[in-house]
Amino acid sequence: MTLRLIYTTTAVQKRNVAASGPEKYTEAFIKNQIEEFNLGKRHLANMMGEDPETFTQEDIDKAIAYLFPSGLFEKRARPIMKHPTEIFPKQKAIQWGEDHRPFHFLFYTGKQSFYSLMHEIYGKLLDIQKYEDHLRAQSLLAENRKLINLIGSRWLIKEELEEMLVEKLSDHDYSMCIQLLERLVTLPCCGIEEEYVLKFRRELAIQLKKMVIEPLQYDEQGVAFSTGEGKRKTSRATAVIYDNGSGKITVNGVDYLYYFPVMQDREQLMFPFQFLDRLGIHDMICTVSGGGRSSQAGAIRLASARALCSFITENEVEFMRQAGLLTADPRVRERKKPGQEGARRKFTWKKR
Amino acid sequence: MAAARLLQAVVPRFRCLGSLGKAAPSTSQLSSRLYGTLLAPEANQQMDPTVINDKLITEPLRHPDFFNVKELFSLKELFDARVHLGHKKGCRHGFMEPYIFGCRLDQDIIDLDQTMKHLQLALNFTAHVAYRKGIILFISRNRQFGHLVEVTARDCGEYAHTRYWQGGLLTNAHIQYGTGIRLPDLLIFISTLNNVFEPHVAIRDAAKMNIPTVGVVDTNCNPSIITYPIPGNDDSPQAVELYCRLFKMTITRAKNKRKQMEVLYGLQNKADSS
Repeated sequence: MTLRLIYTTTAVQKRNVAASGPEKYTEAFIKNQIEEFNLGKRHLANMMGEDPETFTQEDIDKAIAYLFPSGLFEKRARPIMKHPTEIFPKQKAIQWGEDHRPFHFLFYTGKQSFYSLMHEIYGKLLDIQKYEDHLRAQSLLAENRKLINLIGSRWLIKEELEEMLVEKLSDHDYSMCIQLLERLVTLPCCGIEEEYVLKFRRELAIQLKKMVIEPLQYDEQGVAFSTGEGKRKTSRATAVIYDNGSGKITVNGVDYLYYFPVMQDREQLMFPFQFLDRLGIHDMICTVSGGGRSSQAGAIRLASARALCSFITENEVEFMRQAGLLTADPRVRERKKPGQEGARRKFTWKKR
Repeated sequence: MAAARLLQAVVPRFRCLGSLGKAAPSTSQLSSRLYGTLLAPEANQQMDPTVINDKLITEPLRHPDFFNVKELFSLKELFDARVHLGHKKGCRHGFMEPYIFGCRLDQDIIDLDQTMKHLQLALNFTAHVAYRKGIILFISRNRQFGHLVEVTARDCGEYAHTRYWQGGLLTNAHIQYGTGIRLPDLLIFISTLNNVFEPHVAIRDAAKMNIPTVGVVDTNCNPSIITYPIPGNDDSPQAVELYCRLFKMTITRAKNKRKQMEVLYGLQNKADSS
């Protein structure tokens, strides 16, 4: 029985150009482009009077910006000269051989690298289980527990896994993969496959900003002092606290009673000393600039609290921190938005 | 490689075992336009390779059981692997009734004599497809045996798909994979149902694309569209291991036989010409 072609239109036989997908670049084409790029780089270096051997990508960018000045706002629309691998998107090599049989045994699933990874991980899981059964039969399981240390590292994120496999993944696929890895890690003898599992972990950059407490300094008379800096809104203050004092405070060369006439600001200055019961013990000389009266007072308060840390014990530092004396106030003035009267205040709403 | 190309020119797309020998170029071009998978045949064909290829291909088709697949399994082996155990009477599919031997305490028992016959036909067919270098795709959506099926496929040198089936894999292949792709020539279903106990989409797609299918059908499956159904249990581990072993053995046997025959006819040709 043979099939006979009865009737078709040209529409059926015309190749659907749109459906063929993004442009395919052959290897020969890309190689050609790379040669042209290298030649062009040398020409450009000669033109600019530089040495062709030591002409880097930054020099190329500067030269192109000089030779082709462009007033376009969109940066990506300006002329560029980059290596072809950065311009032409990476393509997957043809997946089948001459006889058109695909190379990979999971090719027909569509996501061959991802599913082969899942297959591999599951295979390792089964191997570990078999090893455990083997030990359990000889009742050696309790002694030979080998767990993988996962502290201080995290699993790969979806983008990193996609990069590793050169394949698009969905969120569900990624979560399935991580679940399988978690399951593998819970087995008692997973230490066998430790190096394989660690390929999927990344170190966590632990940023512990511990407060550094400066040691006390001594001036000519042998009096201990220490300095501290503080800020609040737009004010910046520096304070120097001296030991063996009587509670005198000097701000910008002026006594604090004259610089801060308002009681509220002077209370702010006193707060750290009052908290530590060291009101009449220390002398303070501080400089402050910027901001208004209240923010300057707040800046000096922070500066003096930080300076006092050198005089007191660790526990008292912790108490100060809990009281909020050592935290810089992050509140700044919010900008006014168009269409509103202030930062939050809207114009009066009129019904008609 | 030349032999492989000539072979593809010779074998028409819809796999009727009756139409043998080399297809006329016009029919293969016709099939490429309609099905879009076959290459155009080589124009330069010498006399001797065509004669060899004729013999290579026609010779196995003369015997009912060229690869002797009957010796790979016995009734006792099937019984020990619990192939005869079906599901409960309530799960029974209407079309499976001819294959069921009886019902004991509400559980269906599959007729192993019929299973033997069907299994022999199916294994014979897979052996012929593997002999003629066809692409075989193993499908099973049973999560218990997915890994085993993939391992079996890899050991045979064939392909497997035990994951979520994307709708256009067979029917929309040119857009999903690109032009020039060769679709599978045979689908083997270790379990015809998917995870929601419905018939697997690939059965219908293969029927649409004229790809023959071999499948193990349990008492709750629909055997109507499958080309070579094998009534049998698809849930016990022993049964599934038995099927995987049998398919692996037939495919490796057929491939080895193919190598032997090529060598044999190559020598014969040299002897004839000299």
